[in-house]
Amino acid sequence: MATELGLAVRRKSATPTSSTSIRRDSIEVSKLVDIDLCIGCKACEIACKEWNDLEVEETHNFGGYQSHEDLTPDTWDLMRFNEVDLEDGGIAWLIRKDSCLHCEEPGCLLACPAPGAIVQYENGIVDFDQEKCIGCQYCIAGCPFDIPRFDTETKKVYKCTLCVDRVSNALEPACVKACPTGSIRFGTKEAMQEYGKEKVGKLQDRGFEDALLYDPEGVKGLHMMYVVPRGEMLEEYGLPKDPTVTSKLGFFPAMGALRKLGSGAMWAGLLGSALFFLRTGRRFPPPEEEAVAAARSKGSEAPGERTDAATRHDADDSLDPGSEGDGHA
Amino acid sequence: MASLAASFGRGAMTNHWVDWKNSDVFIVIGANPAENHPCGWKWAHVARDTRGAKIIHLDPRYTRTSAVSDIWAPIRAGTDTAFFAGLINYVLENELYHEEYVKLHTNASFILSEDFEFNDGLFSGYDEDTRGYDTTSWSYEAEPATDQPPPGLAQAAQKTSDSPTNARRDPSLKHPRSVFQFLKRHYARYTPEIVSKVTGIPEDKFLEIAEIMGSTGTADRAGNVVYAVGLTHHTMGGQMIRGIAVLQLLLGNVGKPGGGVNAERGHANIQGNTDNAQSWEILPGYLRVPQVGQETLAQYVEENASTKSAANSLNFFGSMYKNFMVSLLKAWFGDAAQKENDFGYAWLPKPDKNWSWMTIHDEARAGRLHGLFNGGMSSVNIGPDSNRIIESLSNLKWFVVMDPLPTASSDFWRGPGIDPEQVQTEVFFLPTTHWIEKSGAFTNSGRWAQWKHAALPAESGIRDDSYILAQLFSRLRALYEEEGGPHPEPIVNLSWPYTNPDNPPLEELSREINGKDLTTGLQLSSFVDSKDDGSTSQGNWIYTGSYTEEGNMMDRRGTDDPTGMGFFHNWAWSWPANRRVLYNRASADAKGEPWDPSRPGIRWSGSSWVGDVPDFPADSDPKEDVGSFIMTGEGVGRLFAPASLMRDGPVPEHYEPQESPIENLLSSTRNDPATIIYEGAAASFAEDDSEFPYVATTYRVTEHEHFVTQHVPFLVEAMPDFFIELPVQLAEEKGIENTDMVKVRSKRGEVVGVALVTKRMRPIKIGDGKVVYQVGIPVHWHYAGGTGKGKAAQMANLLSPYIGDATVNTPEFKGFLVDIEKA
Repeated sequence: MATELGLAVRRKSATPTSSTSIRRDSIEVSKLVDIDLCIGCKACEIACKEWNDLEVEETHNFGGYQSHEDLTPDTWDLMRFNEVDLEDGGIAWLIRKDSCLHCEEPGCLLACPAPGAIVQYENGIVDFDQEKCIGCQYCIAGCPFDIPRFDTETKKVYKCTLCVDRVSNALEPACVKACPTGSIRFGTKEAMQEYGKEKVGKLQDRGFEDALLYDPEGVKGLHMMYVVPRGEMLEEYGLPKDPTVTSKLGFFPAMGALRKLGSGAMWAGLLGSALFFLRTGRRFPPPEEEAVAAARSKGSEAPGERTDAATRHDADDSLDPGSEGDGHA
Repeated sequence: MASLAASFGRGAMTNHWVDWKNSDVFIVIGANPAENHPCGWKWAHVARDTRGAKIIHLDPRYTRTSAVSDIWAPIRAGTDTAFFAGLINYVLENELYHEEYVKLHTNASFILSEDFEFNDGLFSGYDEDTRGYDTTSWSYEAEPATDQPPPGLAQAAQKTSDSPTNARRDPSLKHPRSVFQFLKRHYARYTPEIVSKVTGIPEDKFLEIAEIMGSTGTADRAGNVVYAVGLTHHTMGGQMIRGIAVLQLLLGNVGKPGGGVNAERGHANIQGNTDNAQSWEILPGYLRVPQVGQETLAQYVEENASTKSAANSLNFFGSMYKNFMVSLLKAWFGDAAQKENDFGYAWLPKPDKNWSWMTIHDEARAGRLHGLFNGGMSSVNIGPDSNRIIESLSNLKWFVVMDPLPTASSDFWRGPGIDPEQVQTEVFFLPTTHWIEKSGAFTNSGRWAQWKHAALPAESGIRDDSYILAQLFSRLRALYEEEGGPHPEPIVNLSWPYTNPDNPPLEELSREINGKDLTTGLQLSSFVDSKDDGSTSQGNWIYTGSYTEEGNMMDRRGTDDPTGMGFFHNWAWSWPANRRVLYNRASADAKGEPWDPSRPGIRWSGSSWVGDVPDFPADSDPKEDVGSFIMTGEGVGRLFAPASLMRDGPVPEHYEPQESPIENLLSSTRNDPATIIYEGAAASFAEDDSEFPYVATTYRVTEHEHFVTQHVPFLVEAMPDFFIELPVQLAEEKGIENTDMVKVRSKRGEVVGVALVTKRMRPIKIGDGKVVYQVGIPVHWHYAGGTGKGKAAQMANLLSPYIGDATVNTPEFKGFLVDIEKA
């Protein structure tokens, strides 16, 4: 199966072979959020819900302008607001559209044990196929940006699709169309990078010395990038400084080691898992996932060493459901 | 809008949204465009990204606009006049004004009457008993060379005359009674120190802003002042806007691309509403409502049309006043309007007093007005002092609400604390189509009339407002025809030439508004063809050109912009005459060369003006020196607004809001002396801050549109609950935690909402170091919202005072006093 929705598929979760597509020359697309132009109006948030037929949720003011405390299975796009003090006595109101970043190296896909439940298209879009989702939530653990959300009723996981249904019909994503200021842009990855770099230069001229284009190497780049005016405040924006797949997926290179070392290493890993969850504060950790996370956590303690190992093919191989089963055993 | 007309001749944003890309500096004040005008606001970002523009935002709150501005300064609500007066002083003191422009395009050189005075907060002619001014002395001295007797030019500026009296001028600007020298004296009092003490803007911040804005007083820089209802919602709101006008005229920023006094209007069609006489004091196209005593058409024109006060001025509006009025009467009364009967002028109502919004509701409260219609407006929410408005509605005999969805007004009889048994008013609710469900034109802030098409079919049984009004009219007319009655003429003679008299198609109404030549039957293409002999009809002269023989010009979507200036002349249509920047003659110097060749508005080619549609006779050689502001009798922009253009002063002077935590530091006249005080209202005002120590401001948030979106689940989800914004320091003093329920009280009412404790609300220091806290109260919530029930059902205007601006009577929704406590 080389295509879905008329788009070339690069790879699928838990599918041992790499893409059979011969359409390697597909254009890579990307969204870009120019935070300098973002006015926090939430038009994107609502357009996302409308286009994707997501349910209205009952919300209450929890002490700010943010509508929901967090992303939910019915809210894939959330404007996050954060008031921070500046050194000069002033304040900044950091506003960021939070939604899937469509990593070039998608931790969710690499973690997913359900064949074909997560698809990465040649154009860079990472999409979930809920029909194939088994509700294990490994994708949630695998995501360095804490994006996917588990629906306790449908037992499936949901996130932004980058409006793959629109994009495959030559339309821009709904959030891009709704954005009144041009803050959310869409185009080829190359064009977006070019815009981003130019804009960063302008911001630096305006005195934002640390302005940056957020397109981190640790996940081999994003298909939803940010132009961040206050680059020194990534944490305050809620963006990890150096996200990596291996930081969450140390599990994969660890597989070989596990086979060699046997159950001793397994128990050591379980111990690590407790620390892992204490730190990351996951919301719905089902028991079986804890076991998997335990195995992963060993790798997470030394992410730097693992980065190189977690190449695409290694990951694909590791994601073979068979080998996953071995891990559990 | 009245202030803009007083300053320049027309009541509208001078430039337009796209033109903002041409600005170098923005002062955004009394406005929150990132939240409330997001689609237009993007052009400020374009200016910053392409020109390196600086964006300065002043607001009591740090809003989402502040978050994307370069500089934010806190300001005490209601003190914006002092801020602008301070900038005017800074510009004059440091000689940053654009001297050539000021001499050429403003009335700086006009000599003021010897009788004109200003003393301790009062201008000459004040009468304490009537709370008003005799404005005779607010006038120019007549030119001595003329053989005319020199009457007060106050009248001359307002009244037409075959032999205009020219004002005396001193081109050197040195005459002590010149407008320029008067301004220097008047504003010298507004030093940075005093401005800071009044407004709460730290002095260094004020100076930083003054320096940046002052940099635009050169030919090659353009400064843009953006405002919205944050300025109009004050007892001296009109004067705040006049403050902008004076500043921008001194800096040479009016008429220039990238400059201007840019009023952001409310909802999508508020500009269209005003243009088409939504305000009580105007007829369509800003012709004035006839007054008692103006018995004949000739008298009406005599007393309302402006007359020349400079020999060379074109005085276009004044000279065409009669043509436009006659053509309007022809549109209304058709064949019944004939020269012999003064075109039916006598049939028009002549209001005997200020009949603005608050007066109407006050008359109802007093039992003198028996029936009221609400259409596209909700009396109770819009306030002010919603409890008093509910009292007004309760005293009506009947009340009709035309609206797509229930409003706090349609449901007032069953609102919180109201016993329906006690309300005798008969209330009718007529559900109407929403604008999404019908085609028609919106006129945006930048005067672009844009035709839109219905996006959804109307639900069955729901009627257009136009259907309801047509039914009302035809049934009333039938009753008059059958039964007679007093003064039937305006009803029985009203022209009703529509293909579907039961529901006139909006396209036909648009054609009627544009107007036609009654001899040929062809649509007019320009208002210069308007006649005073009854051979043309125009529903609204400023819209002539919008629907011509070529078709519906408002429905055009051409995206060509050959000049690159963002005029987009083939996109929709803008009044007047598809002109995109008003007063654009002032974008060029005496020879007709643009002040900034890289940013031309219009330019004299040697035989005609090219660029934007000229706000000027297209073939008038600059040597003829016809005044650049064709709508004013002076032919120039008015630094000093003579006669009764403004009721509370020819130039802006600071007064404290009606409720204020401090004395007026500039004079012993504490409040605007010319406001209307309604019966019983004075007792509802806090005299000082002893009981109500905090300054409150009301506003809108981007997630909601007025009151209607309480019915829209997605938007309620995005901003769910009624909240009160307050500073961290005040919360600490009061033991209030973020998300606690808090009660806010004014002398008129109270509300309970979620406390939003935020660093974005900052304590400010005024006077000799007095700390003042400001609290913010959004207006969207009410008890009739589909989903905004329970704790969300609170109305900000339960708190606001029943008093309005001296000139236009817009209520003071911002800058009143409250107390706050944990609920």
